[in-house]
Amino acid sequence: MTASSTDPGHVLILGGTSEIALAIAAALARRGYGLILAGRDADALQREAADLEIRHGVSVTTASFDALEPATHPAFWQSLNPAPAGVVCAVGLLGDHGVARTDFNHARQLLDTNLVGCISVLDQAALAFEQRGEGFIIGISSVAGDRGRASNYYYGAAKAGFTAYLSGLRNHFASNASRVRVITVKPGFVATRMTADHDTPALLTAQPEQTARDILRALDGRRDVIYSRWYWRWIMLIIRLLPEPVFKRTRL
Amino acid sequence: MISGWGNYPRTGARLSAFCSLAELRTLLAGDTPLIGRGLGRSYGDSALAPTLLSTACWNRLRSFDADSGLLVGEAGVSLDDIIRVFMPRGWFPPVTPGTRFVTLGGALASDVHGKNHHCDGAFSAHVAWCRLMLADGSIVRCSAQENPELFRATVGGMGLTGIILEVALRLRRIESAWIRQHTRRLPDLSSVMQAFEEANDASYSVAWIDCLQQGGSLGRSVLMTGEHAPATAIAGLGQPRAPRALGVPCNLPGWTLNGLSVRAFNALYYRRAPRERTELADIYRFFYPLDAIHHWNRIYGRRGFVQYQLVLPPEQGRAGLPAILEAVAAAGQGCFLAVLKRMGPAGAGYLGFPREGWTLAMDFPARPGTFRLLDRLDRMVLECGGRLYLTKDARMPREVFEAGYPELDKFLAVKREVDPHNRFASLQSQRLGLT
Ligand SMILES: Cc1cc2nc3c(=O)[nH]c(=O)nc-3n(C[C@H](O)[C@H](O)[C@H](O)COP(=O)(O)OP(=O)(O)OC[C@H]3O[C@@H](n4cnc5c(N)ncnc54)[C@H](O)[C@@H]3O)c2cc1C
Ligand SMILES: NC(=O)c1ccc[n+]([C@@H]2O[C@H](COP(=O)([O-])OP(=O)(O)OC[C@H]3O[C@@H](n4cnc5c(N)ncnc54)[C@H](OP(=O)(O)O)[C@@H]3O)[C@@H](O)[C@H]2O)c1
Repeated sequence: MTASSTDPGHVLILGGTSEIALAIAAALARRGYGLILAGRDADALQREAADLEIRHGVSVTTASFDALEPATHPAFWQSLNPAPAGVVCAVGLLGDHGVARTDFNHARQLLDTNLVGCISVLDQAALAFEQRGEGFIIGISSVAGDRGRASNYYYGAAKAGFTAYLSGLRNHFASNASRVRVITVKPGFVATRMTADHDTPALLTAQPEQTARDILRALDGRRDVIYSRWYWRWIMLIIRLLPEPVFKRTRL
Repeated sequence: MISGWGNYPRTGARLSAFCSLAELRTLLAGDTPLIGRGLGRSYGDSALAPTLLSTACWNRLRSFDADSGLLVGEAGVSLDDIIRVFMPRGWFPPVTPGTRFVTLGGALASDVHGKNHHCDGAFSAHVAWCRLMLADGSIVRCSAQENPELFRATVGGMGLTGIILEVALRLRRIESAWIRQHTRRLPDLSSVMQAFEEANDASYSVAWIDCLQQGGSLGRSVLMTGEHAPATAIAGLGQPRAPRALGVPCNLPGWTLNGLSVRAFNALYYRRAPRERTELADIYRFFYPLDAIHHWNRIYGRRGFVQYQLVLPPEQGRAGLPAILEAVAAAGQGCFLAVLKRMGPAGAGYLGFPREGWTLAMDFPARPGTFRLLDRLDRMVLECGGRLYLTKDARMPREVFEAGYPELDKFLAVKREVDPHNRFASLQSQRLGLT
């Protein structure tokens, strides 16, 4: 694609095989953004890239990225060509909570994937965008980070940390009066691979396309933190307001 | 419980969608019978088995050559998808059935035909090649030139040779998304058959027959022919929007489609059809009138319905069609509309349905009287040297199938070579002894 005054540039999608990420990618491509899909499974990324390119007529490339290898992240970021105008981080691992409780290696993998790896790569984005004076970072956290629950507190702890990181980063840019945006997305249940083996309540489960639409609306507007679907804002408000003596007895 | 489009029969099945070749290989390694499943628009039991390998996630576009129109898509890509992506760029599926909610895999496995069969042949005539995963997990590419026997067994082979992975389809160039449609009312069967012969060079043609008519008005029908409209003819019309479909939210009670309501509907339909008219219709209205109502199959209620589609050779059709329509009208089994079409020569598939002649498709509520009538129609079809379409079938006896498909032996030879342990088997293939 040739650069023109209306070319909005490329967006880097971390976790390029995620179903939520792909729905966002399609929505961005419809607006003319080029895409860089980054992740571990080169064949799967290539398959998605070809599909997006044919459907939307934008340039889509792939890049190899592993959240569990933070040492490689600076070189990864330098290698991106063209340099991204924005980043979507959809890396995530729900894992097996039962295993994590008895095997700290798995617990650490959940923290490393959902928190450490995301921070490490978004630090690269933050530095680059700060130098350029513009850019956007969309981080997909989770409602699971709003309050720790018995069923997934390693994942939840990592997402809580990620939410705090994104909030701090946003505060940093806003106090510098720079034009870098940071958007925190907290989905509830979304029907993807991640939840395919879990029974999620049908009424509260969004399709990836709905989540993508909510995110694009945030990008167009001024919201910093969004829940997707909107009702999770109210569900989580109630859950956060429950006094601990009550909350600790719930099985949510 | 799951079923085909006719909601008859229903069976318990596990629906497994694969998202990678590795996942598909794992599924093949089990030992319950498997069959591919696309959008489930086949009517009967061709896409039913204990385990269904759904292509719902296997639906990516692989490549497109904007000079030649060659599109490579995964088996789960639907014609609806193709139309949405490519029609605005001036391309259209070379062959389309009466619904756009079918997958490339399903279209090839049934080797579907459209209103242009007399000119352009069936779907497989426009397929440059396909790739297939066999029962042992290996992947083979086949086409009319490459592994031709496997290709001929796979197109129209109802998923029994393996899982179709990708299809390379040659799209057709179109100048607009509009069809110049010509509609004519015809008072009886011989006049509509005559009109078909005269319209032989129309790109698309089809007739809707009012099945409640007998005697002098037997075969009273509305014939529709069409041509892709040139860009110059559609000034200002642009791209049509896919209509927002209305839905039938649940199965309707059995009495909805009684003879009286249907008679009133048909009379209205026939009267409302112009004696003769030419107009521009967008592709949705011309090709997919039924897609405007989601789940229209529910009007037949819980017990479901069966579609009966036959083809008769040209000469035998002259005598056979009136006899069949007469028998249907006399039986009063609730078939109110039949679709008639002139077909061109047979295609490559050993079990392909189309052949030179006349094809007639009718819906009947699934109830005992229907099955007795269809047994009688079977004999009439065989006497005329005709056959029935597998993708519509839920009940044909094995003898009727065997008599209608002279290349069955060639199909079975390939089947035994590529699938010696019958990993791929549907309720239909077991009923018909396709092992
Ligand atoms: C309203 C309506 C109108 C129709 N009009 C026509 C028409 O005009 N002409 C016509 O020819 N047909 C017509 N049909 C029938 C329809 O086109 C075929 O049944 C078609 O095969 C359905 O495609 P599907 O993707 O839904 O496949 P399914 O119904 O899911 O499967 C059909 C067959 O294909 C096999 N299959 C599916 N995917 C694969 C795969 N990846 N690999 C191997 N095998 C596979 C299945 O095992 C099964 O045998 C019509 C159907 C409806 C509901
Ligand atoms: N689905 C939900 O209900 C839900 C709810 C709240 C939040 N979320 C969040 O939404 C985001 C997207 O998830 P999803 O639902 O679309 O699930 P998904 O399809 O499982 O996506 C997760 C993505 O993370 C990638 N990933 C995992 N570990 C990685 C690593 N070490 N390095 C690089 N990439 C890695 C996966 O890539 P591979 O293909 O390489 O594994 C995959 O692309 C995640 O952050 C998830 O936590 C989801």
